[in-house]
Amino acid sequence: MNAPFGAFEHPVVVAGGQVLTERGLERLDLVVHQGIVVELGASVDHPAGATVLDASGALVGPSFVDLHTHLREPGREQAETIETGTRAAALGGYGAVVAMPNTEPTMDTAAVVHMVLERGRNAPCEVAAAGAITVGRLGAQLAPMAELAALGVELFTDDGTGVQDGGVARRAMDYCRGLGVTYAEHCEDLAIAHGGCVHEGAWSALLGLPGQPAAAEEAMVARDLLLAATTGARLHLLHLSTAGSVELVRQAKARGVAVTAEVAPHHLSLTDASLKGYDPCFKVNPPLRPAEHLEALLDGLNDGTIDAVATDHAPHTPELKDLPFDQAPPGMLGLETAASITYEQLVAGRGATIERFFEVMATQPAKIARLDGTGARPFGHSVHGQRVAVGTTANLVVFDPEVRWTLEVDQLASKATNSPFSGARLVGKVRHCLLRGEPVVTDARSTR
Amino acid sequence: MSLGPMPQHLVSIGDLSAEGIVEVLEVAESFAEVERRAMKKVPTLKGKVVATVFFEESTRTRLSFETAAKRLSADVLSLSVASSSVKKGESLRDTVQTIEAMGIDLLIMRHGSSGAPLQASRWTEHAQVVNAGDGWHEHPSQGLLDCFTVRQAWAEQRSMAAAGTGATLFEGKQVLIVGDLAHSRVARSEVLAYTALGAEVTLAAPRTLLPANLDHWPVQVAEDFEEALGRADVVSVLRLQAERGSGECVPNLREFTSTFGLTEERMDRLKPGALVTHPGPMVRGVEISSRVADDPRCLVTTQVHNGVAVRMAILYLLLAGPRLEAAAIGQFAGAAA
Repeated sequence: MNAPFGAFEHPVVVAGGQVLTERGLERLDLVVHQGIVVELGASVDHPAGATVLDASGALVGPSFVDLHTHLREPGREQAETIETGTRAAALGGYGAVVAMPNTEPTMDTAAVVHMVLERGRNAPCEVAAAGAITVGRLGAQLAPMAELAALGVELFTDDGTGVQDGGVARRAMDYCRGLGVTYAEHCEDLAIAHGGCVHEGAWSALLGLPGQPAAAEEAMVARDLLLAATTGARLHLLHLSTAGSVELVRQAKARGVAVTAEVAPHHLSLTDASLKGYDPCFKVNPPLRPAEHLEALLDGLNDGTIDAVATDHAPHTPELKDLPFDQAPPGMLGLETAASITYEQLVAGRGATIERFFEVMATQPAKIARLDGTGARPFGHSVHGQRVAVGTTANLVVFDPEVRWTLEVDQLASKATNSPFSGARLVGKVRHCLLRGEPVVTDARSTR
Repeated sequence: MSLGPMPQHLVSIGDLSAEGIVEVLEVAESFAEVERRAMKKVPTLKGKVVATVFFEESTRTRLSFETAAKRLSADVLSLSVASSSVKKGESLRDTVQTIEAMGIDLLIMRHGSSGAPLQASRWTEHAQVVNAGDGWHEHPSQGLLDCFTVRQAWAEQRSMAAAGTGATLFEGKQVLIVGDLAHSRVARSEVLAYTALGAEVTLAAPRTLLPANLDHWPVQVAEDFEEALGRADVVSVLRLQAERGSGECVPNLREFTSTFGLTEERMDRLKPGALVTHPGPMVRGVEISSRVADDPRCLVTTQVHNGVAVRMAILYLLLAGPRLEAAAIGQFAGAAA
């Protein structure tokens, strides 16, 4: 077995944790060397000079993979940079993130994608890139996807907006299929959404805010599922937020459509009742919905209809969140709270297994982003999302599901502070995180 | 009568209890009394500084609040957005905090965005905030002056004084609100105020001009507008908010007028003693016919007139605080007279 590119040379012991292996959860210690898990056992010999990380009372599994991160570089470095965003990601237990292409300029050319991947090379969390589907994300002309695919781009999306023209979407899916890459959609029919900045329902009516109906998302979900069936393209649906979307995906999967779907932690935990105080930190797109949608999303995530949790981490500077609600940009921080929220809602709240937790946080997203070792890796991305075994790449997270903590936004590694969980009491936190064998986070602190 | 505690800010009618609404109406009656005197000014708020901050144009509301503040002897500052640093890119938060830093006690704010006054109230340290209309959300002083106006008219019909009647005249009354309800801040404030006082509210509009979800609204939707007119004690007519995009919600103005305009024929359906209100500005010939607008049953000019007394009551209650007795108003009024 070869050490992964950029592997940490010193030995590390992770001791005392419940480790997720192919057999399930086991009380094991493990030794990591040269970026690889080299020993796994009830007790292991500590190599000379090894860093020993205490995992007692905690879960040890593959570090998480985020399919949906807005790192904001290039273009909006006041809100986040690759450096700050990847530090936040590591603290959140992530071993890899997929950077969304709605940067300025857009990641629709090899030069911009190359720059992002190059700057992410030595980060505490690996950076993969999603490319734009259309030039400038304007929904008209296809971006040079083959050129981007040659850099290892596996996911293409105009995220921030959906491809409005069904003809363009169809052509893009055909093209993606030819390249063997995945077409990922931000589902929002802008004509139906009609400028609505919150969910159209009881709260929009009471608050006098323009709402967008669930149908604005569902109409595009339905269209894309039909087009995926027509073209045979692999389709990934970003940040699903409605009960109707979950049902459409469930039916499509039953018909054998090649579709995967993600949900954001805030859609699993917050409802549109949070809008009561007009705090723009609760403004997000797709918008927060009533509880029945939240329940359907948790059901879908639990039963496998939804494959992955993805943060949609969207930093914004404080001045933009001090605007009136309808003028403020949508988006919330997510990287440093996603594991806590997901564990609490899915495992503690829904009785899902810990295996399912790691599937939706690590294994499935790694597979969808093809960071599971199946994709081309011109930038040396390592293998993610594997259960722990001797010989696997040591991309590991140690997650303490019991610890209680209060989120102070000024303590976040992110540059921005627009978390909807500011001041909230959370349960469960990442204790350590290893990237290619390097302890990039120890005792919930970044080592870089 | 002792005054109940008032909220720190008045952003929504929901900030007031039913008793609080009645209190505004009763105190406004006292100030209406002052208005009938030759010397209309009282020293109640001498030394207080009030600022009107309008991010959206307005003639009557701004003038009405400023007149009210001046009659209470408050100092009035007036910030108009066109001449302010907002145009230079200053944030709402900075604008609000800058104004407060000038020693303002109360900020009267209008904004095109729903919720902006509530946000502003979180950014001030001491200054109180009164919402003078925000987006599609609320226009509490308008809702209160509409209730004040119809209560006075009902009392007059019974040849009695409105003062002291509390909410009794509203019990069981039918209020019909017609027009652009989806985009109307007046509608939300009226619904909350009228229902808090015990009236029943019915809405009538093309489906495109109703809010998409009325689950938590204590209202009925009229299935038959003509029939609802025959039951109404008050018809509140709202303007089509063309500037907020309601134009595309109806095929054309002629069809809107023919289906939901308050025409002379429809006035004939009203029962005796029924009243018509309109928050203005009226678009004659669209939501209300010219004849109806000039009909004695239509209270639009009375509403404008009463706006000053009601806004005096709001400013007084918020600024002079719950510790003062209502009798004190009389004393101040007496001193001025």
